[in-house]
Amino acid sequence: MDHNIIRREVTDWLEQNWSAELSLIEWRNRLVDGGWAAPNWPVENFGRGFSVDETQVVSDVFRNKGVVFASQGGPRRLAAETILIHGNDEQKQRYLRQTLTGENAWCQLFSEPGSGSDLAGSSTKAEKRDGRWIINGQKVWTTSAHHADFGILLARSDWDLPKHQGLSYFLINMRQPGVEVRPLRQMNGHASFNEVFMTDAEVSFDDLLDGEGNGWAVAASTLSFERRGFAQARQTSGVSVERVGRVYDEYEAELAIDNEPYTWYPQRQGRVDLVLDRAKQTGAIASASTRQEIAKLLSMKRASELAAEQAEATRRAGTNEVIPAGSIGKLAASVIARQAAHVHTLISGSEAMLSGEHSAENGMIAETLISVPAISIAGGTDEIQRNIIAERVLGMPKEQRSDTGPFRDIKRNIDS
Amino acid sequence: MQKEFTSDQHQFRESLTRFMQAKSTPDDVREQMTTEQGYDTKVWQQLCSELGVAGIHIPEQYGGFGFGHIELGIVMEEMGKNLFCGPYLSTSVMSASALIHCASEDAKEALLPDIAMGQSIVTLVMDNLDAPERVGSKIQENSNLITGTANIVVDAAAADSMLVVATSSSGLGLFLVKANDSNVVVTSRESLDPTRKLCEVTFSNASAQKVGDVDLGTLQRVWRDCSVALAHEMIGGAQYLLSSTIEYTKLRVQFGRPIGSFQALKHRCADLLMEVEFARASTYHAARLLDATTTIDGVAETEVYAPHMAKALAADTYSNVARAAVQLRGGIGFTWEDDTHLWFKRAKSSEVFLGTPERHREWMMQLMEGETS
Repeated sequence: MDHNIIRREVTDWLEQNWSAELSLIEWRNRLVDGGWAAPNWPVENFGRGFSVDETQVVSDVFRNKGVVFASQGGPRRLAAETILIHGNDEQKQRYLRQTLTGENAWCQLFSEPGSGSDLAGSSTKAEKRDGRWIINGQKVWTTSAHHADFGILLARSDWDLPKHQGLSYFLINMRQPGVEVRPLRQMNGHASFNEVFMTDAEVSFDDLLDGEGNGWAVAASTLSFERRGFAQARQTSGVSVERVGRVYDEYEAELAIDNEPYTWYPQRQGRVDLVLDRAKQTGAIASASTRQEIAKLLSMKRASELAAEQAEATRRAGTNEVIPAGSIGKLAASVIARQAAHVHTLISGSEAMLSGEHSAENGMIAETLISVPAISIAGGTDEIQRNIIAERVLGMPKEQRSDTGPFRDIKRNIDS
Repeated sequence: MQKEFTSDQHQFRESLTRFMQAKSTPDDVREQMTTEQGYDTKVWQQLCSELGVAGIHIPEQYGGFGFGHIELGIVMEEMGKNLFCGPYLSTSVMSASALIHCASEDAKEALLPDIAMGQSIVTLVMDNLDAPERVGSKIQENSNLITGTANIVVDAAAADSMLVVATSSSGLGLFLVKANDSNVVVTSRESLDPTRKLCEVTFSNASAQKVGDVDLGTLQRVWRDCSVALAHEMIGGAQYLLSSTIEYTKLRVQFGRPIGSFQALKHRCADLLMEVEFARASTYHAARLLDATTTIDGVAETEVYAPHMAKALAADTYSNVARAAVQLRGGIGFTWEDDTHLWFKRAKSSEVFLGTPERHREWMMQLMEGETS
C-alpha cells in the first residue's frame, strides 16, 4: 500500500482517538479496536496484514507524535507471536488482546537446571489427571517471572517417545498455589532472573498449544521470534516518557518493571563506547601495546557492523549466497565483549580492583568486567553457536548422537 | 552508498573466476614460480585483452575503463584465490596509483594508457616497504640522474620501466627510469613466497625523467590504495583456503569418522569463518569509501582509517586461516607435494608487504584520534 495513504490514515485516526489523559489500558484498547496495535498481524486477529515496511511507517508516525505503543515487553511479545501462529481461535481470543494492552504479563519457561544448551532435554513432567494437565518440575533463568500472570511452558508429556517428540507446549497461569517463584542472584550482584518451581501446578486442557507432542516445533517458533527480536528491539522501542499525562505516567511505570532486568545489559556487551574517552582521560592511550588492543577491539566492532550490513544487503538483493548473520553476530558479540573487558582492564590498571559508584564511570567499568561472562552463555553459548555455524553453514558432519530412542532411557543429569 | 555488488560486477567476477580456474591452476602456479620472470606472458596478455583488467580502474581519459576500487578489488580477490602469477600488483595497482596521485597531467597521459592496455610492465621502486614516512632516504636524484639501492622491488625482473621515489633537492619526487638502462642493475632475490618475484635494484647515475612531486600525504594515499587492493587479494586467498580445508575435513577419516565431525575442528573453522566475513566486509567497505571520495567531488572523507583496518584484518585473517589449513591437514599439510604451502607463503608475504598489521593498527589509531578530537 502507498506509504502516504497509510501515513494519512493513521494520522487522521490519531486525531480522533489519541489523548494523553486516557488510562494506559483505555488507550491501548482503542489501539487494538482501531487495528493499530499490531499492524503486521492478520486482519482477523486485530491487525492489518501490513508488511515490515508498512508497519515501520505506522511506528514512525507514532514516534513522531509521541504516541504510546502497544505493549512490547520482551516475553509478552514472544508469547503473543507464538499464540498468533500456533493458537486456536479460542486461545487467540482469550490471550491476545490483553497481551497487546499490557494487562497480561508473561514469562518464558524453557530452560531447566538439567537442560540448558540441550533445551529439548526438558524433564518437567506434564501428566493428564482428573480432567487437566498436572505439571511438576523446575525452570530457571526465567526473566520477569515474579511479575508474570502467565507463562509459555515447554514440558514432557510422553517419556516413551524420542526426546523431541515427547514435548508439549502449554500456557500456564502463574498465579496459582502450585507455582513458586524465587529470584536467582547472578555473579554481578543483580537478580534479573528467577527459578520457578512447579508442584502439581494445573493447566486446563484448553491451554495446550498446537496439540500434544508438538511442543518442540512450537518452541522453535518462539526461539526464532526471540532471535529476530534482538535485531528489531532497537527500532521499535517506544517513545520518550518525559511527557505529561496519565497515559505517560502509567507507561513509565510499566517500562520501569519491563526494563528492570536489563539495566546491566549494556555492560555485558563490554561498553565499547567508553573505551576511547577513558583511554584519553587516563593517559592509557599513550601506551603502544594498549593502542594495539584498542585498535583490535574497534576493528572487530566496526567489522561486525559492516558484516551485518553486508548480510542484510545480500539478503535484500535476493542472491543465493548463505551468510549466517545470526550465529556469526551472536558469536561476534561475545568476542567483542571479551576484548572490551580486556581493554578496560588495561586502561584502568589497579583501579580495576574497585567497584561501586565511587569507582570508574560510576561503577560501570567494574560492572562491565563482571557482566561480560554472561554474553557468551545467554541465548545460546558460544560453543553451540560454533556448532551451528560449522554444521549448518560450513556443512561439516554432525556429531554422533547418544540421545536417540525413548527419552526415559537417555542419560540425564541426576535429579532431573 | 551501494552495499551490494551490481549484476555487472557479479558477471565481471564470474568471468574472472572462469579465467583463473582455467589458467591459474596449482600446476600452472608451480610452473611459473620456478621461472625468473614469474609469469606466462601469453596468459597475461590474454587476461588483459579479454577482460581488460590492467586498466579496469584507470580513468577513461588515460585509456582505462574508468571503473573504481571495487572492480580493482574484484580482480585482486579472484587472483588471490588462485595465486595468479602476473605483474598486476606492481603495474596496475602500485604504479598506476603512484601516477594517479603524484604524476603531472602530461606524465599521466604518456604512461597510463600503456599500463591500461597491459602493454607496459612498470614497477614502483621504493627504498622502504614498511612505512611511507621512511621512504626516500636511500635513493637520491641529482640533475636527472638517480643513485641508490632499493633492496626489495616486486617484478623488477619483468619490468620495462620503473617509477622511482627518490629524494631530490626539492624534496621527494617520482622519477621514470628505463629498466634497460645500463646503469640499472636488477638482481633477483630468493623470496620466501616464490609466487611473488622480488629483486634488488641498484641505480648508479641512471638517467631519470621527473614525472611528479611526492609528499607524505600523497604517498599515504598511494599506500592506502595499495593496501586495500592487497586486502582484497588476501581475503580471496583466505576464502579459498578455508573452503578447501573444510572440504578436506569432510573427507579425511580417523577414529572411524570424518575429522570434520570433531568439535575441536568445527569450532576452529567457525571462528575462522567469522574472521573471514569480517575481513571481507571491511575490505569491501574500504574500497567503496575510496571510490566515494575519489569519484564524487566535494564528498568529505570519512573513516580515513578504513584501508588500514582492512589491511590489518585481512592480513591477520589470512595468516590464521593459513596456519589452520596446514594444521588441520596434519602431516600432509607440511609436505611440498600438497598445495597448501603455496597459499601459506603468499599469506606471509602479503602480511608484511606495505606494513605489518601492527603498523596499520597504529595508523588507524592516529587517524581515529584525529577524527574524534
